Amino acid sequence: MKTSIWLTPALIIASLLAIFAACLLGSTSLGIDRVLTALFGGGEAGDKLVVWSIRLPRALAAFLVGAMLGLSGAALQGLLRNPLAEPGVLGVSASASLLATFSIYYGLVALNPWILPLAAISGALAATAVLALAAIRTHSVVTLILIGVGLSSFAGALMSLLMNLAPNPFSLSDMINWMLGSVANRSFDEIGFAAPFMLAGTLILLASRRGLSALTLGEEAASGIGLNLRHQRILVVLGAGLATGASVALAGAIGFVGIVAPHIIRPFVGHDPARSLIPSALLAGLILVLADIGVRLIPTTNELKLGVVAALIGAPAFIWIAMQKRGVHD
Amino acid sequence: MTDLVIKDLNVDVTGKALVKKTSLSVASGELVALLGPNGAGKTSLIRAALNLEKASTGTVTLSGQDARALSPGERARKVAYLPQSRPLAWPNRVEDIVSLGRFSHGASLGRLNPTDAIAVAAAMSACDITHLANRRADTLSGGELARVHCARAFAAQAPLLIADEPIAALDPRHQFRIMDLIQRFVSDGGGALVVLHDIQLATRYASRLVWMKDGRILADGSPEETLTTSRLEDVYGVKAVIESGRVLMDGAL
Repeated sequence: MKTSIWLTPALIIASLLAIFAACLLGSTSLGIDRVLTALFGGGEAGDKLVVWSIRLPRALAAFLVGAMLGLSGAALQGLLRNPLAEPGVLGVSASASLLATFSIYYGLVALNPWILPLAAISGALAATAVLALAAIRTHSVVTLILIGVGLSSFAGALMSLLMNLAPNPFSLSDMINWMLGSVANRSFDEIGFAAPFMLAGTLILLASRRGLSALTLGEEAASGIGLNLRHQRILVVLGAGLATGASVALAGAIGFVGIVAPHIIRPFVGHDPARSLIPSALLAGLILVLADIGVRLIPTTNELKLGVVAALIGAPAFIWIAMQKRGVHD
Repeated sequence: MTDLVIKDLNVDVTGKALVKKTSLSVASGELVALLGPNGAGKTSLIRAALNLEKASTGTVTLSGQDARALSPGERARKVAYLPQSRPLAWPNRVEDIVSLGRFSHGASLGRLNPTDAIAVAAAMSACDITHLANRRADTLSGGELARVHCARAFAAQAPLLIADEPIAALDPRHQFRIMDLIQRFVSDGGGALVVLHDIQLATRYASRLVWMKDGRILADGSPEETLTTSRLEDVYGVKAVIESGRVLMDGAL
């Protein structure tokens, strides 16, 4: 019940260990000594290539994507006062990957490397803005989640349309990659193009944290204790849009981590949305790094997509959380 | 001394006039009870006074300052507000909920500065919930929860308090306890505007009764002056007998 001071340090250490483990494991197994030497710039050229160009960027991408989704999930749950709010469920990820796919489909990505993250972020912001506008009109959180489900289906339908019209099997497989979500073959360049937006989103969401605590009391009392509701909504929408959009630009749509991580964290931070932000981000990052190690180690002919594995674990968790939810919220 | 002065306030929501040219004032040391049937416009009046609802015309001043020019934080440091519905989104610790009363002073949960911590401890002890500090909100009874919300409002240490039906759905003992807390706040120099449906309790605790119906204030004065059988008929549409300050209701008109 009490806020645990060891929570954040423990999660940081676990995340670093997981990323390190991700560098060790793979088709050619490297020993701890070889990975360490390679990490610090020594060792054989082959080892350095495997660690610095393949395994480390992939693990970092998984961590960053998870962290952004966990952070956005925790913030959206605080804003909407519902444990089921999450970029995936609310259609934010789907809208982002729709615009990302669109920009790939029409070859816009070839023009400028910034186009992909910007397209994904525009999609994410459009979806969060629709949700925030709806939140002003309706007081029912259930309605909002249904609007999110609608957004998600609509983005899915448009995506199917694009696939339907796909000119050749190559663009089709590109799109499928994007819909399923994966961090395979990511490079530091791609991380670099998403990172500024991730940083901006994180800073904005952290700036909104006190307001998220205030919203525990409901909007009426939160305004009563001095919260500027309009600013709060804008901050969370903008922050979650940037963070989610950037993570989709890096890995495609990966669902449910944004629900599972904050749900596990909440009891450890006294159910305070503000204090759940950073630990949720770390845990979600950790979960995706571990899931991605799993994806690489499971011997299948086609490598499993990270988003598929995340959904296989996350969707049942979503149902379980929804069934546990008691009627104290509305 | 801080006072709230509402002057000629009109509130229209989607073309319907909910509050019509209403004037009302609350000063330090006063416990003002706002009475009236459901739909009289009491909550709209309060919300417009706090700038939570847009007033179409009229002015609201807090110690002489235009209340609408204040930021939400500045306003919250002058007036604590206990709304009618008090949902809690998460099963937080009681102490954290009370600490939210310090929001307008810049407090962050789990990292209170000494001033905030003292204010929170004082409010919890005044409302007799110190022993509940580490309890989860979803394990409390209705009466305990009402005291937690009161403590949250008092923790702000604002000179004024506006409470919308603070004793609805409480048992008689808890009704008295909550009214005692508000009365102590007033005798310590605060000013309170409280929406009540219990006329007997209002007469017992309030220094002034404000009678409201159909968006207008029909009477504003001490219980002795304004509590009459004809007023109860006008405002509530009930038959009643008044014997030495006690109200006996006899049925609907």
